Amino acid sequence: MTMRTPLKLVRGLGSAKEGADHFWMQRITGVSNLVLSLFAICLAVSLAGADHATMRAAFAHPLIALPILLFMISAAIHMRIGMQVIIEDYVHGEGLKIAALLLNTFFAIGVASVAALSILKLSFGG
Amino acid sequence: MADAKTERGAKAPRPLSPHLQVYRPLINMVMSILHRMTGAALYLGTLLVAWVLAAAASGPEYYAFVTGLLGSWPGKVVLFGYTWAIFHHMAGGVRHFIWDTGHGYDLETIDMLSWGTALISAVATLGLWAYILISG
Repeated sequence: MTMRTPLKLVRGLGSAKEGADHFWMQRITGVSNLVLSLFAICLAVSLAGADHATMRAAFAHPLIALPILLFMISAAIHMRIGMQVIIEDYVHGEGLKIAALLLNTFFAIGVASVAALSILKLSFGG
Repeated sequence: MADAKTERGAKAPRPLSPHLQVYRPLINMVMSILHRMTGAALYLGTLLVAWVLAAAASGPEYYAFVTGLLGSWPGKVVLFGYTWAIFHHMAGGVRHFIWDTGHGYDLETIDMLSWGTALISAVATLGLWAYILISG
């Protein structure tokens, strides 16, 4: 039986240099979400009940398509980090946790990709 | 001792620290829980936004079908809930930004910010929907 603690293994190696990265990225995307989601809400309200031609015409303008594209990317990053914390809090089995974290990443990238492709298609008028 | 009766190598059940159910709900605690719950709801809500965008990109027929669903009463209820979740999470996020500066940790301010979150999210949601329904 060893009396050594796992601390011995990491001592002297220095920090991983990303201790606050998770926290900080959540704050960065939090700020961008704050601005971009207000824009998205205004756009959604102004397009409520609009037909397809109006929707397409709106997204043909770069100053509408671009903020919404940024919003979806920012939201996807923010929600991935947030859900990661929830998973780490409640899923304790190591295998299940890794599976959930993988699915979380795939979900965030999937949603962002579908949205991005749709915005670009609308924007380029395809 | 209970530990002595367990088999060799088997872990004795350890007492757990008291959890949420033993505490009287406090407003900052309720807001904290709601912040996480609205975050999780918005996680699924993003799928809804992507779906609407994909519908618009796919063409007029499918877009009309999706907006028809969202314009129905059940659809409006979902969108109303979505709006509240956004405003609640947004107000809660601003509250956390304030705390991130290292200020506002005295009990009075904590209560004030927490009630403020509840109030702002309710006013913003009801205000926005009043505007939507009035402007048609």
